[in-house]
Amino acid sequence: MVSAVFHSPLDAAAESQAAAPPPAVKAASVTTPPAQQKVAPPTPMKTPVDWGNLFLRVFAPLAGIALLVGIWGLLTMKSTTFPTPAATFTEAIKVFSDPFYSKGPNDQGIGWNILFSLQRVAIGFGMAAAVGIPLGFMIGRFDVLNRMVSPLISLLRPVSPLAWLPIGLLVFKAANPAAIWTIFICSIWPMIINTAVGVQRVPEDYMNVAKVLNLSEWKIVSRILFPAVLPYMLTGVRLSVGTAWLVIVAAEMLTGGVGIGFWVWDEWNNLNVTHILIAIFVIGIVGLLLEWMLVSIAKRFSYDNT
Amino acid sequence: MKKNFIDVHSADMVFSTKKGRFHALHDVHLTVAKGEFVTLIGHSGCGKSTLLNLIAGLLMPTSGALLCDNREIAAPGPERAVVFQNHSLLPWLTCFENVYLAVERVFAATDSRANLKKRTQEALELVGMGHATGKRPHEISGGMKQRVGIARALAMEPKVLLLDEPFGALDALTRAHLQDELLKIVARTLSTVVMVTHDVDEAVLLSDRIVMMTNGPAATIGEILTVDLERPRERVELAEDARYVHYRKEVLDFLYTRHGEKALAA
Repeated sequence: MVSAVFHSPLDAAAESQAAAPPPAVKAASVTTPPAQQKVAPPTPMKTPVDWGNLFLRVFAPLAGIALLVGIWGLLTMKSTTFPTPAATFTEAIKVFSDPFYSKGPNDQGIGWNILFSLQRVAIGFGMAAAVGIPLGFMIGRFDVLNRMVSPLISLLRPVSPLAWLPIGLLVFKAANPAAIWTIFICSIWPMIINTAVGVQRVPEDYMNVAKVLNLSEWKIVSRILFPAVLPYMLTGVRLSVGTAWLVIVAAEMLTGGVGIGFWVWDEWNNLNVTHILIAIFVIGIVGLLLEWMLVSIAKRFSYDNT
Repeated sequence: MKKNFIDVHSADMVFSTKKGRFHALHDVHLTVAKGEFVTLIGHSGCGKSTLLNLIAGLLMPTSGALLCDNREIAAPGPERAVVFQNHSLLPWLTCFENVYLAVERVFAATDSRANLKKRTQEALELVGMGHATGKRPHEISGGMKQRVGIARALAMEPKVLLLDEPFGALDALTRAHLQDELLKIVARTLSTVVMVTHDVDEAVLLSDRIVMMTNGPAATIGEILTVDLERPRERVELAEDARYVHYRKEVLDFLYTRHGEKALAA
């Protein structure tokens, strides 16, 4: 048995002959404990701590963040204009200690700014989902429509979000609807495209089942297409929310009002760089939370297809 | 007994693919009597699944005509139920719901909801899956999935049961078990069955007639072997039966001696 254990590492890595003996010793020591455990079973069986895994999952990300803060601290040690991590942190505590104050339209707490931005994202994204998902279904199901709409999508999709803003301002004659319009038009494409691709990729077998059973169009949609497309659709939704959150900051910088993007611009005009840094972290964290939320929803609807 | 319950008349099938036209079937003539068990056997790519899909109505012939019960086969329908090779159960539905979907489609107009549920349960019990109605397909084994697929087809009370290599992906023991089950079910329900297989033993054990197909392209029916063995058939007893051995040899002879070289060369 020992020779068998001894041979396999030798065959696998012939050059590491020097390293071969330790595994054999290790294997031998591993095989003996069961006997000892059988002798004394009442001793509390602690689940062994997987240090390697713990290190990878907890310490490595923390080390990454620490590295970022460290480099930031080093670079700003002698700077007078760029705030240090410590200064940013104390300012952040101050900002977050009173998130919901309101001193006129241009000076509101960070909580209000975030909520207003989220509200715009929710409205624009909601409308995009209401239009984009059904449209994606139809494009996926009917080839004529697909061929009709594909060139339009290819043409309009790469347009920068901010190019849509003047159109919104022109049509709606107000900043807020224009911002929502920009969100709508930018976040609709991933949902249309992913839903359509999902419909086109529904396995042929499932459609054959539908044909043999001669299911009604409603049953095909509700029992076969919708569940089959759901994972694709949720990917589209996830991409869309990400885009919407990217776009809102840029749109609000231009339109003003209350919102995290406007806040960034306002603090730039005040030359309050600390607040801009806080805003950057806030935007990142909110984006992360949105993403995390949608990933957890998507996980609930993923089927094991094997 | 009706001699031409299914009537395939001079069917040709040409696929137009990106690489050009592919002549899959040429001049296929086949009649299947009511209550008959027919298997289609041949090397892979000989168009046996294509022929089955034509009877199912999932494909339309390029030329020729197909009739089922004197009506032209123009589209797929629940009276010609198909058991697919890879079971094709919907992964988001439970076993019960998968079968219920079919039952509901066929009997919702005539039966009450309670009756529909009873039919579903009965179909699952018929294939020995009454205990796993609430499970989803990924929670059960390959053999069990295939049983549910058969239950779904049987629950529709089809005029014809079409089986496309239903046991191809299963291990030998499960396959033998399901073949026996299928024999019992067919004896009970008196179904007309057309089954695609590449397993010689399976063909001889189950069939009334074995339709042996030549190699493609432009495959056609090479020979039809009538298996004259009384039912019920017992696989263990048949293994030593001289007639069984003879039929088995006939099929092997057709497949490997007369039509084997071309398949190897391709």
